[in-house]
Amino acid sequence: MTLEILGISVLWTFLFGYILVGAIDFGAGFFNAYSLLTGKQRILTNIIQRYLSPVWEVTNVFLVFFFVGIIGFFPKTAFYYGTTLLVPVSIGIILLAIRGSYYAFETYGARGHKGYSFMYGLAGILLPASLSIVLTISEGGFVRMVDGKPVLDYWLLFTSPLTWAIVVLSIAATLYISAVFLTWYANKARDVEATNLLRKYALIWALPTIITAGGIIVELRNHNPEHYSNIQNFWPMFLISFLLFIGTVWLLWKRRNYGWAFIFLGGQFIFAFFGYGASHYPYLLYPYLTIYDSFTNPAMAISLIVVFIMGLGLLIPSLYLLMRLFLFDKNYVRGKGDYHA
Amino acid sequence: MGNEEAVFFSRVLTETTLSFHIIFATIGVGVPLMIMIAQWVGIRKNDEHYILLARRWARGFVITVAVGVVTGTAIGLQLSLLWPNFMELAGNVIALPLFMETFAFFFEAIFLGIYLYTWDRFENQKKHLLLLIPVAIGASFSAVFITIVNAFMNAPQGFDLVDGELININPLIAMLNPAMPTKVAHVVATAYMTAAFVLASIAAYRLLKGSNHEYHKKALFLTMKIGMIFSVAAAIIGDFSGKYLAEYQPEKLAAAEWHFETEGNAPLILYGVLDGEEVKYALKVPYALSILAHSIPSAEVIGLDQFPDDEIPPLYIHYLFDIMVTIGVWMTVLSAVFWIGMRQRWKMVSTKWFRWLIVLGGPLSIIAIEAGWWMAEVGRQPWILRGLMRTEEAATTSGHVDTMLILFCLLYIVLGIGVIVVLRRMFRNNPVEREIEDREMEKGGDVL
Ligand code: HDD
Ligand code: HEM
Ligand code: HEM
Repeated sequence: MTLEILGISVLWTFLFGYILVGAIDFGAGFFNAYSLLTGKQRILTNIIQRYLSPVWEVTNVFLVFFFVGIIGFFPKTAFYYGTTLLVPVSIGIILLAIRGSYYAFETYGARGHKGYSFMYGLAGILLPASLSIVLTISEGGFVRMVDGKPVLDYWLLFTSPLTWAIVVLSIAATLYISAVFLTWYANKARDVEATNLLRKYALIWALPTIITAGGIIVELRNHNPEHYSNIQNFWPMFLISFLLFIGTVWLLWKRRNYGWAFIFLGGQFIFAFFGYGASHYPYLLYPYLTIYDSFTNPAMAISLIVVFIMGLGLLIPSLYLLMRLFLFDKNYVRGKGDYHA
Repeated sequence: MGNEEAVFFSRVLTETTLSFHIIFATIGVGVPLMIMIAQWVGIRKNDEHYILLARRWARGFVITVAVGVVTGTAIGLQLSLLWPNFMELAGNVIALPLFMETFAFFFEAIFLGIYLYTWDRFENQKKHLLLLIPVAIGASFSAVFITIVNAFMNAPQGFDLVDGELININPLIAMLNPAMPTKVAHVVATAYMTAAFVLASIAAYRLLKGSNHEYHKKALFLTMKIGMIFSVAAAIIGDFSGKYLAEYQPEKLAAAEWHFETEGNAPLILYGVLDGEEVKYALKVPYALSILAHSIPSAEVIGLDQFPDDEIPPLYIHYLFDIMVTIGVWMTVLSAVFWIGMRQRWKMVSTKWFRWLIVLGGPLSIIAIEAGWWMAEVGRQPWILRGLMRTEEAATTSGHVDTMLILFCLLYIVLGIGVIVVLRRMFRNNPVEREIEDREMEKGGDVL
């Protein structure tokens, strides 16, 4: 394995981590706000708050890790993406800021404040949409070089069906992932009412997720034939992903093994995400930037990897402790002990 | 939008975001240490008041952390969005401490989550206190690592630039640059100092507003004592920072001191205004600049005459330097008088006007932080990487920076107001007197 591939694999894994925990987080915020609107908050709010509260900051760090890491491993991305992404990423940052801070305001400062809940619920659901634009742009075709500088063509971007397909997928997937996870969590908490409601949400969002995911692949055939033909080389991964999807839906439908349903869902997204990533290889930005010509110097690469391994030595035990105390602690999940400061 | 405008708006946006972030970052670095000290004192003295102090600080802290985190994420991304050319180069040489910083964040975030949700969960209070140590370490190390990056911008090393190609890169040497020791130490010490004085300011305000509870008096005495220690440390390390500047960035020191001619026996200029090259109405402390720069009254200090016109930083940083140093000295004196006064039972330190001075100390310390950073960053201009890359070469070529500036300004207004409203509401709805009563009623039980 070359250093380049090692670097991008680490980053891609962390991005996956962000997408998974972020989706749970953002979706939960949305369901919370929605339940306020429909007067169902009695059912949902407790479950959602109990899961979200101790972990939201950790979620954000996954994102920070990704964007700091990509500048470290692939400094040229700063030039290409930095210059072109000013507007979409700035909007993303603003949504992120509203979402993160108002979440904290509501949870720690003004429990049950409706305005705050709506703010972060809405910001959270727009976030995946705005961040997913980066993936769209990476497909190429929207960036031109003018006087040696990359320029983003907004008109093309916003009239492309690919853009909108990816936006819809990001929202649908967020709600789907979140609902499946929370179904399991609510079930663990022995909260029957919440489990049923969330199960219903999960089933509702399953179909849009899979349809748009398929649609994107079709869309790519026109937009980026090279990537499209690469994707076909990875068909087994997408097939496994699809089977796992069926598995999740079936378990939900049968009201069985919600834990396995969530594990299948994780698998579904792992296979799809890494299949997509592998077929994107070696490009970071079609057709200008590959992982090879943007890679940092060996001295930096090696020191980053050494730090990464030492960092994992610190993180894995800490994350384990966090999960043991909150995710897998029966009393905490069931709301039997409230030890909040 | 022409490129000059893009550069201009990129600067303003960077300044705005950093100036906003630094308030919360400083609190984020300092407050965990204060919570730790309070909880530790509480456990040792078996005094509920200190434990409650730690608990209430922790509650407020979450709110400021949230804003610290989101604005930090903003500046982290903005560095690439607004200064892509700089980040491309920096990515090659100084990405290591940035990467280390993310681990510090991770560590802090995980344990902060655990700490907040495990109050009274353990039989042994000390176990709970242990969970706070990683939070404090993580927060302080975030500051250490990010400051190393900033130190590198002031004294870049660890690579060679040959025909525009980077060679012989050594990330460790880049981190261990000459600006690093003083900068890191000064930033961390002033963060502790500021956090202590901000908390002291709150305690003094409560005492002024009619609550005469023992709780606030203990809080005030503890925080003023800590603040005093760190303000002395800040001044001593500040003196070393001056020596660093004299050696490695003489133009910054000369601009901050309006020191035009290279000469020995240099006086330190305090305050005053500039009329052309003539300094008016200033307080001149004989030999003091030579002492600050080299510890010897007769030592020669390099003046601005040694630099081409287009490499001289804006001279207004003198005022920023004055503000920082004045506040530093003032807070040292104020906290020392308070400390001695409390031990000698002077009436003065419990009077209304003295408490108002303490209330003022919190905001003043934050102003000192802002002034210090502005001085350090503006004093580096026109360079973004001193001697290697000019700020205007580093900026984005994108044409929408002005619109983004407006959006971010609105965001910071919303966040700023949000923090104030939420914090006030939080502590007003749950005054400490009531909480103390509640706790006594259900001793050992859970509150909230
Ligand atoms: C509460 C805040 C505070 C206080 C009271 C002081 N400082 Fe400071 N100072 C900072 C907060 C600060 C800072 C915000 O932390 C800076 C900005 C950049 C940096 O590295 O630290 C800084 C930078 C800074 C620099 C520039 C370093 C550089 O650019 O590399 C010097 C020479 C001093 N300080 C000197 C002093 C002296 C002699 C003080 C005497 C009391 C003093 N500071 C008090
Ligand atoms: C790792 C740490 C830091 C980095 C990488 C960094 C980066 C930059 C960059 C890219 C600029 C150029 C823009 C300009 O000239 O306006 C700049 C300037 C500036 N930075 Fe920093 N900065 C760091 C720390 C800080 C902090 C913590 C502050 C605190 C408020 C700060 C305040 C400023 C200010 C006020 C300017 C404006 C200088 C001017 O107007 O000429 N910086 N910094
Ligand atoms: C250019 C300069 C800076 C950048 C790019 C930056 C980046 C960041 C980022 C990305 C975060 C969010 C991390 C998370 O998700 O948990 C953050 C938060 C934080 N930053 Fe900054 N930062 C800068 C300057 C500073 C400085 C100068 C300090 C210290 C004096 C500092 C101290 C902190 C702390 C302690 C936090 C944690 C949040 C809190 O506890 O309030 N940062 N910063």
